[in-house]
Amino acid sequence: MKKFATYLLFAALVLPVSSITVSASGGAGVEHSGANIGDTASLQRGAKWYVNYCLGCHTLSYQRYNRLAEDLDLSEEMVMQNLVFSDAKFADTMSIAMDPDQAEAWFGKTPPDLSLIGRSRGADWVFSYLRGFYQDGNGGWNNTLLPNASMPHVLWRLQGIQTPVYRTETSESGFSHEVIDHFELTTPGTQSPEEFEGTARDIAAFLDYVGEPAKLKRKDVGVWVILFLVLFTFIAYLLKVEYWRDVH
Amino acid sequence: MAKFASSVSKQAGALLNWFDDRLPVTKFWNATMTGYMAPKNFNFWYYMGSLALLVLVIQIFSGILLAMHYKPSAAEAFASVEYIMRDVDWGWLIRYMHTTGASFFFILIYLHMFRSLLYGSHKAPRELLWVFGMFIYVVLMAEAFLGYILPWGQMSYWGAQVIINLFGAIPKIGEPLTQWIRGDFFISDATLNRFFALHVIAVPLALLGLVLLHLVALRENGSNNPDGIEIKKNKDADGNPLDGIPFHPYYTVKDIFGVGMFLILFSFILFMWPEAGGVFLEHDNFIPANPLVTPEHIKPVWYFTPFYAILKAVPDKLMGVVMMGASVAILFFLPWLDRSPVKSIRYRGMWYKVLLALFTIAFVRLGLLGMAEGTPAQTWEMRIWTLVYFMFFVLLFFMSPSGKNKPEPDRVKH
Repeated sequence: MKKFATYLLFAALVLPVSSITVSASGGAGVEHSGANIGDTASLQRGAKWYVNYCLGCHTLSYQRYNRLAEDLDLSEEMVMQNLVFSDAKFADTMSIAMDPDQAEAWFGKTPPDLSLIGRSRGADWVFSYLRGFYQDGNGGWNNTLLPNASMPHVLWRLQGIQTPVYRTETSESGFSHEVIDHFELTTPGTQSPEEFEGTARDIAAFLDYVGEPAKLKRKDVGVWVILFLVLFTFIAYLLKVEYWRDVH
Repeated sequence: MAKFASSVSKQAGALLNWFDDRLPVTKFWNATMTGYMAPKNFNFWYYMGSLALLVLVIQIFSGILLAMHYKPSAAEAFASVEYIMRDVDWGWLIRYMHTTGASFFFILIYLHMFRSLLYGSHKAPRELLWVFGMFIYVVLMAEAFLGYILPWGQMSYWGAQVIINLFGAIPKIGEPLTQWIRGDFFISDATLNRFFALHVIAVPLALLGLVLLHLVALRENGSNNPDGIEIKKNKDADGNPLDGIPFHPYYTVKDIFGVGMFLILFSFILFMWPEAGGVFLEHDNFIPANPLVTPEHIKPVWYFTPFYAILKAVPDKLMGVVMMGASVAILFFLPWLDRSPVKSIRYRGMWYKVLLALFTIAFVRLGLLGMAEGTPAQTWEMRIWTLVYFMFFVLLFFMSPSGKNKPEPDRVKH
């Protein structure tokens, strides 16, 4: 019987599964970010970048300032002085005054709320998106991950301006088209490329945290729950062996 | 001290007697637990039933707590789920218990059903037990589908859209029927509100009733076992089966160990990996439902994908719906399609092992393909496995009466 089960498992696994993609996140152009929500300093920096560069347009309508303070080891004073630029109260959510209809008129699309971007797209996507802005030949901003995104490169002062270097690819049917080979930093920013990578990583980590603030706690709780269950199951096993002594 | 203890136990005994004179407490306990004889050779596969019952309790318990905070309205549903995840004390734990429980319910039920295919538990005299179990499975699918709309994310919305539209394939009454189900011309607040009512009251009531019937039918004939030999055929002088042991304490104690092992796995997913890589909780469902934006890739949750793949494999919509319905419906008839004189796979010949292996691979592959984007090559693969899925039942019907088997022992072994 065991042999049969093994055979079955083997047969199911040998068949190619790799052709099937399950995950909706990831995909072409998404790089590994190395974002770590356990790194509180990184989350704090991410929060700083976010309120300075992103919160002008993108609300975090499920994230409360007081929860942020608690989870990121910040005092009420620090949060109210450094992260709140509006008349928001400490217990308020991170919303903005911009009218969604006007925003649509200005940008073509209301900038979406990013409370859950860390869960729908993932930290790696955010990281790659922020680093994927370039100036295309038409004098506008474009993005490798989200072509023709309506969002301009808000962080360009930090990163500088990258322009693409193209190479020509010929398809099997003989048509040739240009693809981006790599980027060149034509105007340097205030941050070095390494520093900017860190900035993008901090924002990605921050949005990962905002997507599920409970994530910080649940793994810690989980370790204790599982340790208890291992002990419980061991005792249950001894009890079972004791009761079953007369059966075997 | 000893005097005190004996006095307490005397008091408790008197209290029990008082109840026994008015309600068959001891009688019921003896009939269903201590006096209920179960085969002594249960293996791994025999944990699934009691564990499914445990998950049912987890779902009811966590569901009640969720319903205290959830708002069944299109305007508030998504935000109320996030409120549970962020602002309700331990709300994330309650919600993950429910979402992890939903997937594990199906894992356990699939293993439970597979056990029956291994050891012939559906065969006489347990046909009705199997049929009640199938009704539980179908009702559970309805319950899962209704519950999946409640978070009101993109997958909730568009998944429901696809599945409700399947009813539209029925000639003549299709279109009005879908409207009747939705309570509107499209999926809306009215749909969400009624699905909530069905999910928290109507369907769970049906489920509990069916589980009760399933257990009563089980107690009538007792469990089958991995050898497929009836333990009631060999009895001692007192009329007790020689290879039977009282369900309590032997299997209650063993099931407690099973519960421990299961909860370790359950907790690992719940605390460490609740999304299970986008399989248990889909990424797109963290985007609020938007009737104007269709997600790139709509698919049901993993436990429906084998049947969804059968639907996609058939080019014609109506025929696809019919085949998908048939793929579930045919399982009801398994006790009568399987005409083998031998129950357990241990004593069935190679013919059955090959059939069951192919069927299992077909089911797993269809499940994986049902999640995939659907390239033309995948569509062809789905067609092949759909054929294999149905051929299992056809070949089983014709091969089981005459297929070569091994001699069965007189009594169960270990």
